[in-house]
Amino acid sequence: MRDTRIVAIAIVLLALGVAACGKKKPPVARPQPPPATSSTGTTAGRPPAPPEPVPETTPIPPEPKISDDPLNAGDLDAINKNSPFQAVFYPLDSFEVDGTGQQALNTNAGILKKYPTWIITIEGHCDERGTAEYNLALGEKRALAAKTYLVSLGIPADRLRTVSYGKEFPFDPGHDEGAWSKNRRAHFVVTSK
Amino acid sequence: MTKNPFRILLSAALTGAVSLTLLAQQPPAPQPTPPQQPTEVTVPIVGSGGLPPKLAIAGFIPLSSDAETVAAAKTIGDVLYDDINYEREYYMIAKDAIATIPRPSSLDTVALERWKELNANGVLVGTVRKTATGVAVQVKLIDVASGRTAFGKEYSGSIANPRRYAHTISDEMFENQLQLRGVARTRLAFSSDRSADLIAGPVKNRDVQEIYYVDYDGANPVKVTNSRTLNITPAWSPDNQAIAYTSYRPSTAGSFGVYTDVILSFIQLGTRTSPANGSPERQNYLPAWSPDGSKLSFTSNRDGNPEIYVMNKDGSALRRMTNNPMIDVSPTWSPTGTQLAWVSDRTGQPKIYLMNADGTGQRLLVGDPKSDRPTWSRGKFNEIAYAASTGPGYDIKIYSFATGEATKITDGIGSNESPAFSPNGRHIAFTSTRNGKSQLFTVDRDGQNLRQITREGNNKFASWSQ
Repeated sequence: MRDTRIVAIAIVLLALGVAACGKKKPPVARPQPPPATSSTGTTAGRPPAPPEPVPETTPIPPEPKISDDPLNAGDLDAINKNSPFQAVFYPLDSFEVDGTGQQALNTNAGILKKYPTWIITIEGHCDERGTAEYNLALGEKRALAAKTYLVSLGIPADRLRTVSYGKEFPFDPGHDEGAWSKNRRAHFVVTSK
Repeated sequence: MTKNPFRILLSAALTGAVSLTLLAQQPPAPQPTPPQQPTEVTVPIVGSGGLPPKLAIAGFIPLSSDAETVAAAKTIGDVLYDDINYEREYYMIAKDAIATIPRPSSLDTVALERWKELNANGVLVGTVRKTATGVAVQVKLIDVASGRTAFGKEYSGSIANPRRYAHTISDEMFENQLQLRGVARTRLAFSSDRSADLIAGPVKNRDVQEIYYVDYDGANPVKVTNSRTLNITPAWSPDNQAIAYTSYRPSTAGSFGVYTDVILSFIQLGTRTSPANGSPERQNYLPAWSPDGSKLSFTSNRDGNPEIYVMNKDGSALRRMTNNPMIDVSPTWSPTGTQLAWVSDRTGQPKIYLMNADGTGQRLLVGDPKSDRPTWSRGKFNEIAYAASTGPGYDIKIYSFATGEATKITDGIGSNESPAFSPNGRHIAFTSTRNGKSQLFTVDRDGQNLRQITREGNNKFASWSQ
């Protein structure tokens, strides 16, 4: 199945010919290829229909499907709106990354490896049960702990910025454990791509 | 508040006229203490039978009937009542009792016999006269028993902010009568989201917080920062010429990345500096001035962990004070500058610690678990106010070096944090959520005299001008 897809992709690229050469080269080992139709398996050798030409006098070829990555499309606002990153949540008064947090960071490290130009800011946040000043430092420790773990997974430190917001920006304005547990977090924001 | 400078003339009976700039150029700032009159003879108003002296404000008489002068006279009388009441040194005769006595028509027609019936020990009376350039305000404190003038002054200047005359009268009367430094002309700086702006960036619902200051009673708000980001933890310099604060700065143009840095805003010059030289890898926050104004202590992550540092105010002579894998934060200087108190969670929970100004002798000061934001009084009491966990929220406590004990001065309603002492050490400003949003309150060091100072938006991180 995988081989068939690569063949199909190669055919699409060939069909686009030189016109595609000027375009940004798609990453090679893209883990999420476009969904293959069942027909590709049965009608081997027959190329799928090329994309519709754009109605412009100077023909600009449409982006090949293979590089049409919604995650990397659009501006930083769009990326962060549907953020691919998972937050890390912390116990009360703690900045230790637990097992669940490590899983989240493993996922985040995968995304950072996939988009090697992205620079992210890790925001440290706290719930309202600590004092405002101490929470500035606690949020910093939380952000730094997440950064240290990502560096241990091979992410260059200069792609990881940190900032603490203490308890200034709660994600949930409530005053119960349900809200507090959401507010004790390292939050990931793409700040450059 | 006026943008125009105005000057007030002080005339003292024995030394002639002294002039000082009362409200300077925009932005206005607290004024230096006016020259005192060492040759002035003090006639102290004393109470009867060991009770606090009873004072009445007979009224401020407008000497012309135009609306501006009439309004200014009323404002000065009302504000002066509140200013004197604030220090709780005098028993102020209530306004409804005062209303039963005919208002004097001049400084010399005060019905002393009637005031004696109300057991007043002192009566304040004043006049407000329109002048070519503004207004002239005359005030006299009369000792009811002897009929002598205990305190008298004349001021002149702009009519734009009549409250300032009341504040000046109050401070100078306390100095004259009780050798007490009043707070009526002091100001409170704080952080507020009242502008209701949102921070630009990928997270859309975050309120801008800017630094503001108000008079000690909440009047006359002035906006200090306008960076449309997060500006918190202001700290007045000891000479009131600058406010240091924590600001979230953009790390590169066009990027959403931010870092925290310590900014000094010289509010009279209109200039700013960032002596701690912040960057995304060298973030700085929570500045605290040394009592002589030459140095700042602050927290920084420049060595990979929140630690306490000290630098000269131009950024030179940087010195790291703590070296511990846990959190060190919230420094405050002793009144002599020889020690620092701060917060560390090196034994698990944040507690108040003490060290010498060279970093030696680090030791636990207060055992309360989960305490923060120590603030060392510059007044005559050697005390540290701080916030301590007392249940679901925090309360303000005062640790006394004289007794080695701490006293709770707030009442467990809402959460009470971030205490700041008034320069005379008698009052504490703090943040409280007792009415819902975060607001600034002041309270006396015995827990009495609670007053709400701010009402617009959320207001936090008070700093009291010196």
